[in-house]
Parts: sequence; structure tokens; C-alpha cells
Amino acid sequence: MTATSTKPDAPEASAPTQLTMAGALNAALRDAMEADDRVVVYGEDVGPLGGVFRVTDGLQERFGEDRIWDSPLAESGIVGTAVGMAMYGMRPVVEMQFDAFSYPAFEQMVSHVAKMRNRTKGRMTLPMVVRIPCAGAIGGVEHHSDSSEAYWTSTPGLTVVMPSNPADAYSMLREAIESDDPVVFMEPKSRYWSKAEMSLPVRTAPMDRAVVVREGTDATLLAYGPTVRTALEAADAAAAEDLSIEVVDLRSLSPFDDETVGASVRKTSRAAVIHEAAQFGGYGAEVAARVTERNFHWLSAPVLRITGFDIPFPSPKLEEYHLPTPDRVLAALDTWEWDD
Amino acid sequence: MSLNVEHHSVRALPSEKPIRLLDNAGHAVHGAAAGGFELPDVETLVELYRRMVVARRFDVQVTALTKQGRLATYPSAYGQEACEIGAISAIEARDWFFPTYRDSIALLTRGIEPGGILASFRGDWHNGYDQHAHRTASQATPLATQALHAVGLAHAARLRQDPIVTMTYLGDGATSEGDAHEAFNFAAVWQTPTVFLIQNNGFAISTPVSRQTRAVTLADKAVGYGMPGYHVDGNDVAAMYAVTHAAVERARAGGGPTLIEGLTYRIEAHTNSDDPTRYRHSRDVEHWKRRDPIERLEKYLVSEGALSEAARAEIADAAEAVAAHTREVMTAEAELDPLELFDHVYDRERASLLEQRARLEAELADAAMHAADHAGAAR
Ligand SMILES: Cc1ncc(C[n+]2csc(CCOP(=O)(O)OP(=O)(O)O)c2C)c(N)n1
Repeated sequence: MTATSTKPDAPEASAPTQLTMAGALNAALRDAMEADDRVVVYGEDVGPLGGVFRVTDGLQERFGEDRIWDSPLAESGIVGTAVGMAMYGMRPVVEMQFDAFSYPAFEQMVSHVAKMRNRTKGRMTLPMVVRIPCAGAIGGVEHHSDSSEAYWTSTPGLTVVMPSNPADAYSMLREAIESDDPVVFMEPKSRYWSKAEMSLPVRTAPMDRAVVVREGTDATLLAYGPTVRTALEAADAAAAEDLSIEVVDLRSLSPFDDETVGASVRKTSRAAVIHEAAQFGGYGAEVAARVTERNFHWLSAPVLRITGFDIPFPSPKLEEYHLPTPDRVLAALDTWEWDD
Repeated sequence: MSLNVEHHSVRALPSEKPIRLLDNAGHAVHGAAAGGFELPDVETLVELYRRMVVARRFDVQVTALTKQGRLATYPSAYGQEACEIGAISAIEARDWFFPTYRDSIALLTRGIEPGGILASFRGDWHNGYDQHAHRTASQATPLATQALHAVGLAHAARLRQDPIVTMTYLGDGATSEGDAHEAFNFAAVWQTPTVFLIQNNGFAISTPVSRQTRAVTLADKAVGYGMPGYHVDGNDVAAMYAVTHAAVERARAGGGPTLIEGLTYRIEAHTNSDDPTRYRHSRDVEHWKRRDPIERLEKYLVSEGALSEAARAEIADAAEAVAAHTREVMTAEAELDPLELFDHVYDRERASLLEQRARLEAELADAAMHAADHAGAAR
């Protein structure tokens, strides 16, 4: 395909600025579109409105309607046309408005986005990003709080990542757009308004690596997206009881960073995974199995899962009973037999 | 979108009587039934004849090879040559084609090698040819999904200001899928240079069109999207070519998408594993066999003195050569490397896949060693 030039990143880092995660994602899209004119952005209401979470705010004014536009309201159509665009050498970044509304696109995701490279022995690749606002704790009505990560992570061919903070959001989105593999980029809605100071263009750890966000020696909490904060709060509370808890932000759900996670688990000998999605057949089952298979002889307790219940995501007034809390994490840690 | 220079929507319903340029007896049709289209020139018709004859010989050969167990499955297009060949002949090498599993003969016309077309049906790999080189996507199995890819690629080409057209084929059953609707709608709203060909061959496996839609013709659907629709005699290659050619030209000139329905019939079974006697009468099949698309054009060309015995013999020889080549490549066993299973899943290396690859490699080495031991013991 005729590839157009990729301009290098702006060499100078900007002065440190306070950004929300939504703002960091916006900056990442802006900088990616600036750097590479093959990057186009479309979806429902991403144009003048700037997306329902304002992640694309101001981008249409800046780049025009040939780079970012409102598409018809059809998720399969959005992802399916993005396949065709990527086939022709574009790098589409498309938005699903909410997690549960990505389901109409499931077939395109699983049957084509995930399989095109493999089907064609690498001759046809799909460098595209599907952004999916995900998970709950924003008081959303039904279909606005799902955690769909297990559907995507059990699909070979997809890369699935989820940042938990603004700097990672910027860095990982830039990397996802630069990736020649299709990426499902999950954005925890409850973290959209979290703030951090950074100098752009910030690059944090590589997108496929997990990161130890809090050091500890007694147990490892494995979390991602919205539950990283839950894990950190639980670790703080546990410290008051003289437990030293390490927290690992998985960041990349597929591929899974066995190395970073294994190193932490072998150090602490105990691990628990925390997610909002239902437990049965969920992503935590994969984590627990992997951690056990690879580190059994270092483990002194079973790997635990602290998750949402095995129920459809509840309505806003009841979601607090469903979501994993720091207290539930601590209660789960109490079920382990501690030697001393 | 700023790309939409003008927005022309269409309200006229396609004619209920299919557009036809040659009747079943091979006579030229004029007037209203021709829908304002002209019979293509005789050289074009001879070339279409050649392509159809070669395509049918290929199709018959592959069906025979399937019966011998050389292919796991094959969806035949016997009887649909006018749709398959007429439409594909209206696009150029620079244009992109998005076919389904049924459209192998259109791929052949597009210059793809039999071995490449049939690799997936034999079970070698899910796709056996280079998409970029032939500007032809792999044959889609999930119904109607490829239509969206055609629209997306067309839109990308417009953004780049490349004057190419995309063409995609769908079955009558596939028009019921959500993706067909989304593709028609996206194409019309974005005014992409896309030609949709619905091959109405009477059935979706066993389900007749009457259980698929209440629309009078499938081409009627175009009106609701605001694009032109044409209901065409799908066994008349002259009409199929003329209508698609006009649609391609309009698309290339910025006139947006077109929906074309070719009314035809599937003479063979859905695939080799289907039993069509359970859902259709042989008298219907006989009826349609008497409306054969190749015979119709042949009658016309002979009556016009445009097809000499020598030319016919030469075309038949060319068809035999393709059949012989097909037999040859399908009889030779493909060399497959199981370790390649892991090579094309991701661009980035993945530790878990490398581990699994190593495991399979060890298994294969083990098996080879056992086989060698076994051979040694037997000696
Ligand atoms: C999404 C989807 N659903 C079901 C099938 C199974 N299937 C394969 S072919 C077929 C019938 C398709 O009929 P039609 O679109 O008329 O095309 P034809 O085979 O007649 O050319 C069905 C149901 C499929 N391939 N994809």
C-alpha cells in the first residue's frame, strides 16, 4: 500500500500540565493525528460534540471532517468499515460509545479484526484501534457499565489493554495507534476524571508490560483499570495492620506479562486478582490459573479472586454492592492462613 | 462530510421486470425491458463468452475434484456465470473486489491462480492468494461482513483521492443480515464508490427468497438508502455487464454507490454436503437449466456470425487447459508447516505463543524420532 510519511514526535516536551484521563486521551489522539496523517477517527458523536465523554473534544475543528467525523449509528458498520480502511493503509481509531454497545460489532471484531493477519499469513494487517469506555461506578443505567474484557482477551489476534491513570492513558494510546496489530483499547469510565501532572508527549512503560505501582513483601494484588485504585486503597488499609502489600497494574490484559507478575508473586508468595467483571469464566480465572501454573512452588496460599458477583451489572443504586471494594479485598486476604 | 460535493438521493423504484439485453433465445432486447442500456460491443461479448466458458469448466472440474475428496468443500457457481463474470468484468485491475465463498469463478476471471483460490477449500490455510497483488479481499464466510470492508476501503481511497471503485457480492440470504443494511447505509451516507451485487440465486442453503424478504425485488431496498437500484436478468451477461459497468463509471465519477440485483439460479447444491432434493423440485432446476447463461450468449454470437467454429474450439481448449492445471495443482499435496500456525497471529512477538510453538516443535521432533525408531525396528 502507499504509505504516507510518519512525522516524528514533537521533539520538545511541553511544560508539565494537569490532565484528566479524558484530557490525556484527547491529547494522545491529537498528537497521533498530528504525527501521522493516516490516522483517522470516527464513531458516534465524536465530531462537534467531542464524544459523550469529550475524549475527542476539539479534534474536528483542528483536523477537519476528512480526519474525524460522525459516522452513522451502527457499531458493526463502524468496525467493519474500519477494517476496509485499515486494509487500504489508514490507521483508523474508532470509538464505541459504551461497553455494552460494542456487542453489535462482536462479529466484525472476532471474525475479521482478530483473524485478518492470520488468515492472510501476515500479508494483510489491520493497524486499527477500537476504543471502548468500560466498567461501572459512574451511576450508569443498564448497558453503560459492562466489563467486556474477557470476550476480547479470549480472542486470539486481539491485543487488549486498559490504562488506569492519565499518563498511561496517553502513552498507551499513542503506542496502540502505532501498533501494527489491532488493539482493543479499554478506558475505565470511572477514571476519566482522575487527574495527574505530566509533560507531553509522555511515554510510560511499554504497552505490553505490567507495572509494580506499590512495593510490598507479604502479598501481591493484581489489578487493572478501575480496580488499581481499589487495590491501592486496600494496600494502604492493610499497612495499618502491618501487612505489606504489593500492587501490580496489569495494564496489558492480552498479552499477559507473566514475567513482571511472576517476579512479584515469587517475592510475596501470595496473589489475588481484582476485577469488576463477573467471576465465573472471567479474566481473573485466567490470571489465577497462569499464576498458579507458573509459580506453584513459591505460593503459600491459593490465588484469590475478588470480583463482581456473577450477575448482570446492577442498576445505579445497587452497583456499590456489586463492585469490589477495599474492604472486600481485605476480607479476602483474611481468608488466607497467615503463619504468624 | 466535506467529501460529499453534492448529495443526490434517489427515490425511483427499480422496474419489477428485470433489465434484459438478450432474451433466452439469444435475441437482442430493446426498449423499456432494456432499461435504457445498450448491448455491449461484440468484442466485449466474445470476451465475456470466453470468460464464462472457462469459468464453467473450472467450476465443473472443482466439483469433480470435490467428489474425489480433493477438496473438503466447494460452493459451486454453476449457472450463475453471467452474474459472476458480467459484474467482475466491469471493474479494472486497480479496483478492489470483496467476494464471498461462492465467487471462486469471479476470482479466476480476476487472474488469481486456481491453487490460490482453492487453498482454503482444500483446507491448507484460510486464504491462499495475495490480496494486495490482486486487489481482491479473501473470500468472506460470515455473511455480509465483507460488504462493510468494501465500503471502508472505498472511503479510505476517496480520502486519498485515489479514483478506485470497490465491488462486493452478496447472496439473497445475506441481504437479511444487519451488516448488509449497515454497509448499504454507510455507503449511501458517505457516498462511497461501491457497487453492491446481490446474486439472487433463489436460495440461502434451503431457505427460499420468499422466506427471506417481503420486498418485491431485492433491488427495491436501494431506494430506502437513497441510492440507485437495478433489478437485472442475472442470466443475461450482456445486461449484467452493461448495468454494472454504468454503476462503476458513475461511482468513479463521484456519483456514489449502486445496488444491483441479478436474478439467477443455483443449479448445483449449496455445497457438496447439501441435499437440494429436500427443498426444491427437479422441474424447477430443469426450468432454469433451459435458461442457461452461456447458451444464451452463444446463440446470439453465432447468429451474429461473431463466433466461428475455430474460435469456439480455441476457447474450449483454453478452458481445458485451466481444468488440467486445476487438476494438477489440486492433486499435488500442499506442503504445510504446522509451526507456521504461530507465525501470523500478531505482529509483535508474544511470549505465550513462543512457548506454545516450542511445545509443538518438541512434539513434532518426538513424533519424528518415534517414526524413525519404528522404521528401524521394522527393517
Ligand atoms: C453470519 C452467518 N450466518 C450463517 C452462515 C451459514 N451460511 C453459510 S451460507 C448460508 C446461506 C447464504 O445464502 P445466500 O446469502 O443467499 O448466498 P448463496 O450461498 O446462495 O450464494 C448460510 C446460512 C454464515 N456463513 N454466516
